[in-house]
Amino acid sequence: MAKLEYAKDGRLLFTKEMKEEYTLLMPQMLPVHFGMFRKLLELEGYKVDMLTTNHRGIVDEGLKYVHNDTCYPALLVIGQLIDAVKHGGYDPHKVALLITQTGGGCRASNYIHLLRKALEKADMSYIPVISVNLSGMEKNPGWSLTLPLIRKMIYAMMYGDLIVNVANQVRPYEISKGDTDAMVEDWENRLIESFQAGRGMNRKQMQSLFAQICADFETIPVTQEEKVKVGVVGEIYVKFSPLGNNNLEDFLLSEGAEPVVPGLTDFIIFKVFNRESDVDLYGGKKLKKAVVRLFKGYIENCQKDMIAALKSSRFRAPGTFEDMHKLVHGYLGDGNKMGEGWLLTGEMLELIHSGIPNIVCTQPFGCLPNHIVGKGMIRKLKDDYPNSNIVSIDYDAGATKINQENRIKLMLANAKALAKQEAEEEKELAGVM
Amino acid sequence: MNLRVGIDIGSTTVKVVVLDEDNQLLFRSYERHYSKTRERACETLRSIQDMLAGQEIKLVITGSAGLGVAKAAGLDFVQEVYATAAAVNTYIPDTDAVIELGGEDAKIIFFGGALEERMNGSCAGGTGAFIDQMATLMDVSVDELDALSLQYEKIYPIASRCGVFAKSDVQPILNQGGRKEDVAASIFQAVVDQTVAGLTQGRELKGRIVFLGGPLHFLKGLRARFVETLQLDEAHAVFPEDGDCFAAMGAALCSGDYEPRPFEELLRLLEESRDVTSTVDTMPPLFESQEQYDAFIARHNASTPPKVDAATYIGDAYLGIDAGSTTTKMALIAPDGGLLYTYYHSNLGNPVAIVLQQLKEIYKLCGDRITIKGSAVTGYGEDLIKNAFSCDLGLVETVAHYRAAAHFNPDVDFIIDIGGQDMKCFKIRNGAVDSIMLNEACSSGCGSFIETFAKALGYNIADFSRIGLFAKHPVSLGSRCTVFMNSSVKQAQKDGASVEDISAGLSISIVKNAVYKVIRAASADDLGQHIVVQGGTFYNDAVLRAFEQELGREVTRPTISGIMGAFGAALSARNLGLERSTLLGPQALDAFSHAAKPVTCNLCTNHCALTVNTFDAGRRFISGNRCSRPLGKEKAELPDLYRYKYQKLRSMEGKGQGDGSRGRVGIPFGLNMYENLPFWFELFTCLNFEVVLSPESSRKLYIKGQRTIPSDTVCYPAKLLHGHVEALVEAGVDAIFYPCMPYNFDEKSADNYYNCPVVAYYPELLAANVPDLKKTRFLNPYTGLHRPKDYERIGSQWLADTFGVPRKEAVAAIRRAYQAYEAYKEDVRATGEAYVEQAREEGRSIIVLAGRPYHIDPEINHGINDLITSFGFVLISEDAVAFHEGYAPRKVLNQWTFQSRMYNAARYVCQQPDMQLIQLVSFGCGTDAITGDEVRAILEEGGKLYTQLKIDDISNLGAVRIRVRSLMAAMEERKKAN
Repeated sequence: MAKLEYAKDGRLLFTKEMKEEYTLLMPQMLPVHFGMFRKLLELEGYKVDMLTTNHRGIVDEGLKYVHNDTCYPALLVIGQLIDAVKHGGYDPHKVALLITQTGGGCRASNYIHLLRKALEKADMSYIPVISVNLSGMEKNPGWSLTLPLIRKMIYAMMYGDLIVNVANQVRPYEISKGDTDAMVEDWENRLIESFQAGRGMNRKQMQSLFAQICADFETIPVTQEEKVKVGVVGEIYVKFSPLGNNNLEDFLLSEGAEPVVPGLTDFIIFKVFNRESDVDLYGGKKLKKAVVRLFKGYIENCQKDMIAALKSSRFRAPGTFEDMHKLVHGYLGDGNKMGEGWLLTGEMLELIHSGIPNIVCTQPFGCLPNHIVGKGMIRKLKDDYPNSNIVSIDYDAGATKINQENRIKLMLANAKALAKQEAEEEKELAGVM
Repeated sequence: MNLRVGIDIGSTTVKVVVLDEDNQLLFRSYERHYSKTRERACETLRSIQDMLAGQEIKLVITGSAGLGVAKAAGLDFVQEVYATAAAVNTYIPDTDAVIELGGEDAKIIFFGGALEERMNGSCAGGTGAFIDQMATLMDVSVDELDALSLQYEKIYPIASRCGVFAKSDVQPILNQGGRKEDVAASIFQAVVDQTVAGLTQGRELKGRIVFLGGPLHFLKGLRARFVETLQLDEAHAVFPEDGDCFAAMGAALCSGDYEPRPFEELLRLLEESRDVTSTVDTMPPLFESQEQYDAFIARHNASTPPKVDAATYIGDAYLGIDAGSTTTKMALIAPDGGLLYTYYHSNLGNPVAIVLQQLKEIYKLCGDRITIKGSAVTGYGEDLIKNAFSCDLGLVETVAHYRAAAHFNPDVDFIIDIGGQDMKCFKIRNGAVDSIMLNEACSSGCGSFIETFAKALGYNIADFSRIGLFAKHPVSLGSRCTVFMNSSVKQAQKDGASVEDISAGLSISIVKNAVYKVIRAASADDLGQHIVVQGGTFYNDAVLRAFEQELGREVTRPTISGIMGAFGAALSARNLGLERSTLLGPQALDAFSHAAKPVTCNLCTNHCALTVNTFDAGRRFISGNRCSRPLGKEKAELPDLYRYKYQKLRSMEGKGQGDGSRGRVGIPFGLNMYENLPFWFELFTCLNFEVVLSPESSRKLYIKGQRTIPSDTVCYPAKLLHGHVEALVEAGVDAIFYPCMPYNFDEKSADNYYNCPVVAYYPELLAANVPDLKKTRFLNPYTGLHRPKDYERIGSQWLADTFGVPRKEAVAAIRRAYQAYEAYKEDVRATGEAYVEQAREEGRSIIVLAGRPYHIDPEINHGINDLITSFGFVLISEDAVAFHEGYAPRKVLNQWTFQSRMYNAARYVCQQPDMQLIQLVSFGCGTDAITGDEVRAILEEGGKLYTQLKIDDISNLGAVRIRVRSLMAAMEERKKAN
C-alpha cells in the first residue's frame, strides 16, 4: 500500500506509487469532452473513472458534507465524489479525487478546499485530492499535466465542441433514434485512436477531421420538420451537466425543441483573455500580456477552423470569440470576469443575433456573478431586443423540477407563438410581393 | 362548434370551465382539491355530465399541478400564464398588465410593446399558501383575516423577501401585542411588495391592470392594498367577475389548436390516470411494523417527571411560563419537579390573554393548599409576560431548556429543541451551555408548517403525523426551507404520492433541515453521546423517529417535551429560593386589563416600531425598542465604533478644501463606498468637485428603488443601491460616480484580494436596470486601486478624458487620496484602540462585530450595535483589530479582502480574554457560506463561542436578542466554570 506523504503546507500528496495503485475519480460535466479527457489520461498511465451517477443519494451526501448555502455545483460535485467513494464499490484507501481549480473572485475557486473539508468531516482525509489547473498550483509527484497532454486536451476540447454542436443539430430530427449518439461514440473512439498514433493534433489535420465529422453527421437521415430552437446558457456546471440541470437537454428534446448549447472553447478563451485585460485595466507586465495573447490567438485560430468547417456544411455555425466580445459592448465591461462574467451575456446576445431569441439562463440558486451577468442583463436585452424570450431558472437541492419545467414550458409556449406569428408575417409579406 | 372545456389544476384548487362558441361561460367551478387533484377534476366533470355526455368536446388542461395530470392521462396541456394571456386578450383586450396570484405561484404579464410574462423566482412566497399560513398563525380564517385587514390603522414593515421571512416578522409583532387588524393589513402589504418587487423587475406597472387568481378574487383587503400601492383609480384596476377562473378559461380558448374527442373518452382517460404514480425520490419507511413502533414508544415514555397528585398535594409550588412564538406553555411544579399543572396551547395571537386565563385556573387549583413561591418566564414573549404579571424572573430560553434537560439526563451533552417557529440546538460542556446553534430566518417555521399543511388537507396535526408513521414510500421533499418544501409537495402530488407518504416525507425534511442546515453535522458524534430532544414538534413521533434514523442513534425525548422551556423556567424559579413570589395574586388578576397601542419612535433614525402595552390602566410596558431612550431613560452611550465610523463617513460630503467649481459629483452611499469613500472624497474635492452623498439608507429609500431590482435573491445591501442612485438622480448632480472594482486593496494577509462579484459589478447592473440613470452621466469605470503607481497613470488619464482635468493636477490629487484613505484606516484603528482601553478601565466586555464595511449602515444592521451596547458591551468593528494579525494559511481559499479581515479579527479575539466576536451575515451572501464555517472553526479552536447574526430587510430584532442573550448567558456560565 502506498505511503501517505504530505507537502510542506500539510496537503496530502498524490505520489508516484499511488499512480500505480490508485483509481482516480473525476466528476463529469460535459459527457463527450470529459469522456475523451478520461481516455487521454488513461493513455498516460492513470487509472481513471468518470462518474456518471445521477440519483438522489448524491444530493444527500452533498447536503451532509457541504455547507447548505454553498453553490449547488459544489454540493453536487462533492456529493457525487463522496457517494462514489462510499457506495461505488471502491477501496477508499485506493482512490484519489480529481477536481478542477480555476481561481478568480467567484466562490467556485473554493471547490477543492470545500472538498477537502468534506473529506475531513467524513473521516476520509487520507484520500488525496488532485487539483487540475493550468497555473501550476498544488503540485503532486504522481501527477503531471505535461505540455503534450495539455495540447491533446485542448484538441479534445475542440473536437468535443464540434461533435456536440453538430450532434445537437441532428439529434432532434434523426429518423432512427440513437443514430446520433452512435455517431458520437464512433468519433470519440476514432479521435482517441488518432491521438494515440500522434495524429489529429495540428491545425492542418484538425481541419480535415473537422470536415469529416461534419460530413459524417450530415449522412444521418433526418426529418424536415421545423423545431423551435432554444439556447442554453448559464453557470458552467449547471449549463452543461445533466446532473446539475435536471437533464435539461432531454427535457427540451421531449418538448419538441432543439437545444443550442454554446461550447466550452469560448469559456477557455475568455479565461485567457481575462489575464490580458487585467493588464489593460489595472496595469501589469507587458510580457505576461504578450504570452497570454499568443496562447489565446492559438485557440482562437482553432475556433475559426471549426467555424469554417461548419460553414461549409449544412450546419449552423457560431460566431467567433471576438464577434461575441464586440456584441457585449454597452452591456458589460472587459473587467467583468468572475464566474462566466461578460461571456454569459455575450452568449445570450450571440444567440439572439443568430435568430435564437428563446433562451434558458441557468444558474445555481443564489449564484453571485449571475445576479449581474445573467438575471441582471435580461431587462436590457428585452429593451434592446423586444422579441427576446429569456427564462431564468435556478437549480438547487430544494428546487423542484415541476417549477423549473413549468417556467420553461412558458418560455416554449411563447417561443412557439412567436414562431407562428413570424411565419404568418412572412406569408403576408410574400402575398404582398 | 364543439364545447370547449378548460381545467386549471393549481397547487391548492381545481378550476373547471365550459365555454360555448361565443366564448360565454356555460359552467364554472372553483374548488380546493386537498391534494387529490385527479379525483377532484373527475368529480367536477361527472357533475356536469348532463351538459357534455355524448358530445365531441375539446378539453385542455393547464396549471402547475395539471402538467403531471395531463401527462399521465395523455391529455392536451397549455402553460397557465400563456393561457391566462389568451383569456385576457379575448375578454379584456385593452389591458396593459396582469397580476395573477395563485396558491403558490405569482405571475405577471405585460401587454403593449414587448409581451412579457414572468413567474415568481424560486425564493418567493407572496401567494395564497402564504396567506393561509398567516391566517393559521393568527388563528383566524382567511375570510376573517380579510375582514380584519380592512380595519387597519397602521402598517408594519414586514419583510417581503418570502413567506418564511415575513412570518418571522409577523410573529413578534403579534407577541408584542400588535393589533390583529394592523397585522392583517401588513401581511397583505407584504404580498403586494413581494409581487411588485419580485415580478416587475424594472418594467413600470401602469395603465389598465387586471387582477386575477383566487386570493385577489376573494380578498378585498388584498385588493385594497394593491390599488393603493400602485395608485390606481377604478378605471385602471380591473377585477373581473370570473377572475379566479381565467387560466381555465384561457385553456378552453387555446383548445382551438387541438382535436375534439368524445367526452366519455376524455373522462375515462382522466379517471384511469388516477392511480398512475411516478414518484422516484422515495425513502425507506419510518416503521416497518407495529411492534417496532410500540417498542419505540415504550422506550421514550420512560423519561417522565415524578408523579404527584395535584388534587391532594399540599405545599409549595413554582410556576414556569414559556411564552413561545406560536405557543404558550406553562408548568406548575412541586419542589421535586413533580407536575401539578401543565398547559400547552397555540397562543392565538395574544399570549397575555392566554396566560391571564391560565393563571386564574391555576389559582383555582391551588386554593389554600398550594402556595406559589416563585415564578419565571422565558421565550419570545418573556418581557411582555414578565411585566404584565410581575413574574420574579425572566431567563433566556437556552438556559431554561438546559435546566429541564439536565433534570432528565444529567449527562446531557446535546439538546435540540424544535418549536413551531425556531430550532435551537446547543452543546453542553462542563455543565454549561456552549456553542449555540439557532436556525436563521430561512429555515424557520418548520414545526408550524406541518401543522398548517395538515390543516390545509383537512387533518389535525396529530392525525396527520400518525398516518405517516407506517407510510411505505416517504417522499423526499428537500430541506432548504418551507417555501421550497411546499413546492416539493406540489411536485409529489403531481407524481401521485399519497398523503401518508407526504406526511412522512415532511417529518424527514424537517429533521434534515435541522441536522444538515442548522447544526451542520455529518454524524451523530458531531452532536454528542447523550442527546435530549424537545419542543412541541418532537411530540410528533414521525419527526422523532426520523431524527433517530438520520443520526443512527437513540435519543431521549421526555414525555413533556413540549413544555420543557416552561418546566426549566419553573425549576429556575425554584432555585431562586424566594420566600414569596411577586406574581400577581387572584384579586389582582380579576382587575387585570391590557391594552396595546402601536407607536413609531422618532427619537433616532432607527424609527423603531414600538408597541405600548398598558396594564390595569396604569402600568406600562414598551416593546420593540432597541435602546432605552423611549423608556424615558437617557441612552447609555457606550463606545460604539460602528456609530463612530458611520458618522465619520457621513461627514464626507460637500466641497471639502476645494471650491466645487468643477461641478457636483454624486456618490451612492452603499457597498464598498463604505470603505473607499475617504479616497474618492479627497480625490474629488481636491479637484474642486463638490461631493454629494446619497441620503442615509432607509426602508423608504429601499422601496423607492425596489421595482428595478432584477434578482430577488441578491443581498439587501446591494438592493439598497437602487434607491441610492435614484435619489442622486433626483438631486440633480452633474454625474454619478460608482466604479466597478473587482479588486480590493492588497492587505498582505490573504491569498488574494478580490471583492465579491456583487460588490465588484453592481454598478453595471444598475446601469442596465435603472432607467433614471439615463437622465444623468453615470460613470462606472473599472478601477484598480490595488496598484497605486499604475492607478496614477490610469486614473489621471480617465480624469483627463472624462472631466478634462490636467494630468499633473490629477496625479497630485490621486496621491492625496491614497494618503486620506490611509489616514482614515489609521483613525479607525486608533479609535478602536481607545475604546478597548476604556472598556478595560471600566471592566466591560468587548464585542467585535465582524461584518463588511457596509454593515455599519443602520438600515442594514437594524440597530444591532445599539442593542449590543445596551447590554453593557463596548463594540468595535473587525477592521479595528484585524491588522494585528498577519498572513496564515486557512483551510479555505482566503481571497476576498473584506472577508479575510474577519478571519484575522477572529484570530486576534481568541487571544483576548475580554473579547467576543459576533459575525454579521447578510442573507444571500454566498461568500459567507464559506467564511461562516471558517470563522466558527477559528473561534472554537481558540476556545471562543461562535455567534452569527443573519440579517436582511427584516427589522425585527427578537431573534437577535435571543442570540446575544444566549451568548451572554454562555459567557456567564463559562466564567463561573473557570
